[in-house]
Amino acid sequence: MGLKTWALKKSIWLYHANVGACNNCDIEVVDCLTPRYDIERFGMLLAGSPRHADALVVTGICTCQARPRLQELYLQMAKPCVVLCIGACACTGGIFRPCYHFDGPVDKVIREVDPDAIIAYVPGCPPKPEAIISGALKALDAIPC
Amino acid sequence: MKRTVIPIGPFHPIQEEPEFFQLTVEGETVVDVDVRLSCNHRGIERLCQDLTYDQIPFLLARICGICSASHPMAFCQACEDLCGVETPPRGLYLRSIICELERIHSHLLWVGLAGHFIGYNTVFMWAWKYREPVLELLERLIGNRNNYENFCVGGCRRDIPQEKLPEITEVMDEVQGNVEMLTKAVLDDPILKVRLGGIGILTYEQARQWCATGPTTRGSGVDIDVRRDEPYAAYNLLDWQVHVQPAGDVFAKTVVRLLEVLEAVKIIRQCVDQIEPGEIRAEVREMPQGEGIGHAEAPRGETFHYVCSDGTNYPIRYKVRAPTYVNLPSFKSSVIGQELADAMLTVAAMDPCYSCTERVAVVRNRRHSKKEILDQRTLMKLSWEKTERIRKNI
Repeated sequence: MGLKTWALKKSIWLYHANVGACNNCDIEVVDCLTPRYDIERFGMLLAGSPRHADALVVTGICTCQARPRLQELYLQMAKPCVVLCIGACACTGGIFRPCYHFDGPVDKVIREVDPDAIIAYVPGCPPKPEAIISGALKALDAIPC
Repeated sequence: MKRTVIPIGPFHPIQEEPEFFQLTVEGETVVDVDVRLSCNHRGIERLCQDLTYDQIPFLLARICGICSASHPMAFCQACEDLCGVETPPRGLYLRSIICELERIHSHLLWVGLAGHFIGYNTVFMWAWKYREPVLELLERLIGNRNNYENFCVGGCRRDIPQEKLPEITEVMDEVQGNVEMLTKAVLDDPILKVRLGGIGILTYEQARQWCATGPTTRGSGVDIDVRRDEPYAAYNLLDWQVHVQPAGDVFAKTVVRLLEVLEAVKIIRQCVDQIEPGEIRAEVREMPQGEGIGHAEAPRGETFHYVCSDGTNYPIRYKVRAPTYVNLPSFKSSVIGQELADAMLTVAAMDPCYSCTERVAVVRNRRHSKKEILDQRTLMKLSWEKTERIRKNI
């Protein structure tokens, strides 16, 4: 295990990007930070800038307007990093897939700029905070040592 | 003095309308504000035309994750207006219960975030902790923490079993105790009063002029509430009141929201007492040709829905006017003249969901000269520093 991966696995900081979500997944992500679930005890907290973050938490369908911005966010992050697609919309487009402003899904958009990106999917509408925490841990396990 | 333009966003999801703000500042004072919409535009109205009347409520619940009871509610009323169906009484009470549970968790969410903005993270953590039992109750009753999807044209999809009603009362006892304590803590706190009082003022006339709705306008002394003025669900069968505060500042809006939480608890208790066993859904055979409108009081204000039918299973036009859309222009009155440190709080006072951290770029002199990037932390720090100054002076 290299120094970078060792450090990454210790306490991951999250950057949260809403690229066209209904806010449901967003409030569940914030819910993880509050007393009931409190993921800060694992050292996870929201970072104010993508450059400080280890994991990009993406919610929403990725609209036409958000697409270039999401790619920009991913490129700004320090590598190695993981991407968490939270909710059915981020995973597949969900109920909004037939919409004309849908330009995703998120994994396709991110793989366009980095084919080897580590992407975890947390399905659900919205996923429960337990599922989000579990998804984050599984993504960390998937990082090659 | 030199003018500076500060763009905020675009990743700034305020409920169903994420926006891009441009603040023009002179020194520390905001002199102009510009709002641009549609970064989060998904095309829901168009998609509605491809879905049947039974499918549409599931889509509308996802207009906004926090108002996921109010939008389907307004849709069902629009369709019932169109086909002239009466919902059975039990269906009406169930609707009121779910709408009010939504209001409780939405307002507590806002109070928490407002506390976070001024550097009172204790309020943030408290409010979100007190919100959690409500979400768990909803999960027990409906099956999901946030998207309730219990409404359909003619009534409700799922019944709440009679033996589960005491559970609601139990949770309401817990919420009432906690929220009363929180309300007292917020009202008695001298720093909060100074920090929130007198900023972001929207006067009575301005609120009327901008046609603002919901707690934003009730905090400015305008006495409107769809639940009372044009009753739907079971609201006309219950004893409750609309809370209005005349001051128009952020403090008044906070008070209105906290009192509305207690009022919602009162409404739910009465619903649980009065609800009788019976049918929950009236049968709807077909949708006639014509138009229907429905509106409901979402936690953020009035949501208005319009449906136009040609007699088939699909609407030919569907229109939604969400509360934030009409509240946004009121920034022209409330933000201008504020300090930069208060601008975020004033924007937040309208109840944006601030779950996302955004970047802010300060553009100096508009053209040449270099860009300066401020992240959310820097803006938040400005706000926290002001709270700290006030704390020291008291």
